[in-house]
Amino acid sequence: MINVDVDMDKCQHYGQCVFEAPDIFKLNENDKLEFVATADDSRRSEVESAVDVCPMQAISIVE
Amino acid sequence: MSKSVVIVGASMGGLRAAEALRNNGFEGQVTVIGAEVHAPYNRPPLSKEVLAKEVTHDAVAFKLRTQVEDVIWHLGDPATSVDLQTQVVTTNSGKAFDYDGLVIASGLRPRVLDLPNGKLSGRHTVRTLDDAIGLRAELVPGAKVVVAGAGFIGCEVAATARGLGCEVTNVAIDSFPMIRPLGKTLAAELQRRHESQGVSFRLGHGIKDLAGTDFLTEVILDDGELLEATVLVEAISSHCNVEWLANTNLDISNGVLTDSALRAITTDGNPVEGVYVVGDLARFANPLFDDEARRIEHWNIPTETGKRVGAVLSAYLSQADNFAELAAQPFTPLPTFWSDQYDMKVQGFGMPGLADRYELVAGELTDELVMAYFRNDVLIGVVGIGMTAEVMKYRKQLLST
Repeated sequence: MINVDVDMDKCQHYGQCVFEAPDIFKLNENDKLEFVATADDSRRSEVESAVDVCPMQAISIVE
Repeated sequence: MSKSVVIVGASMGGLRAAEALRNNGFEGQVTVIGAEVHAPYNRPPLSKEVLAKEVTHDAVAFKLRTQVEDVIWHLGDPATSVDLQTQVVTTNSGKAFDYDGLVIASGLRPRVLDLPNGKLSGRHTVRTLDDAIGLRAELVPGAKVVVAGAGFIGCEVAATARGLGCEVTNVAIDSFPMIRPLGKTLAAELQRRHESQGVSFRLGHGIKDLAGTDFLTEVILDDGELLEATVLVEAISSHCNVEWLANTNLDISNGVLTDSALRAITTDGNPVEGVYVVGDLARFANPLFDDEARRIEHWNIPTETGKRVGAVLSAYLSQADNFAELAAQPFTPLPTFWSDQYDMKVQGFGMPGLADRYELVAGELTDELVMAYFRNDVLIGVVGIGMTAEVMKYRKQLLST
């Protein structure tokens, strides 16, 4: 498993991560980010893509 | 002997290219040459939240992934020339680096005003971490700040400086702030919002000279107006860092011209095998819009171009069967930008600056909103202030047209 962390002080809810890993990240009805904190190893590349596209660089994979 | 890649430019584009080479199976040596002493870091916060808080490398550094652990970082020593025939890059300190694959990712630097009395303390740009550290120290409450340039960076600095209690005047030759990407209606509204936060504008004006001895005291406008100033931030435009390519036959008339595989193209119009371009410098045609080659200075482009180059270059170096097919695939990154000013979250997709018409499609002009941009009645861009879910509908439509 991989652990996904989002620094909510940095997150501005732009939602770019949602396009890269829609099963891990979503914007709720108030346009606020929600995410699943653990993901299967097979999702590593999409979570890495989500890390890459976050303009605030708020997402990290905790090893 | 295994092959090697030299990446010139140690910012986000260079980093993403290095990662993508490894992710695509390239196992040879990767060397990244950087002008700055810092390992790659994220630049957008430099004009926004980092400028408002304490500026440190830790706060903005990209986390280096395990796949780039064995990359060699040659920092603080910019490339000064390259010989495309013998395939050697030379740096300022005289070091020479052989390559089989070359990635040009040397980016931009800010253009600064050429002024008769220009050698005064108090002048700043905001491209590098060191720039931001220097500027941060002077943005104290009551400081009189003149920002030259009303693009996104100039407006972000103006907003941040207001938040820090500075007096801010924005001087720009444009008729409205951010008018080129946003169009007149939204630009005029954003000017109103900046003014309501206390920013004063001198639009349609340039800076003629500075006054002061050793330290800046006044900025002199082209109509003779004197603006009291202790800080001048120059956010007017950029120069391409292509001087190190001057002795090549590459087309460096505006950035570096590339084909859809991001291979550098010569002035004769031929791509150079093994030489690729990433980030702000890459001038390529994007079939999402038309066949005109453009440089795109948006934050997502270093990542998109870096990934593309990593895939194509690793296939080239391993002489993979699918190289020609991979190189011929269309490259259609969606330009994406964000800007934080006060409590406004501005985000845009596509090329709104190319539009011949725009339309408010959601929200209110004076509140949260979505503006859609059209060229020949085809959606070409979208910009939102807030309203993320609504903006995303148009983003999806942009990708499907």
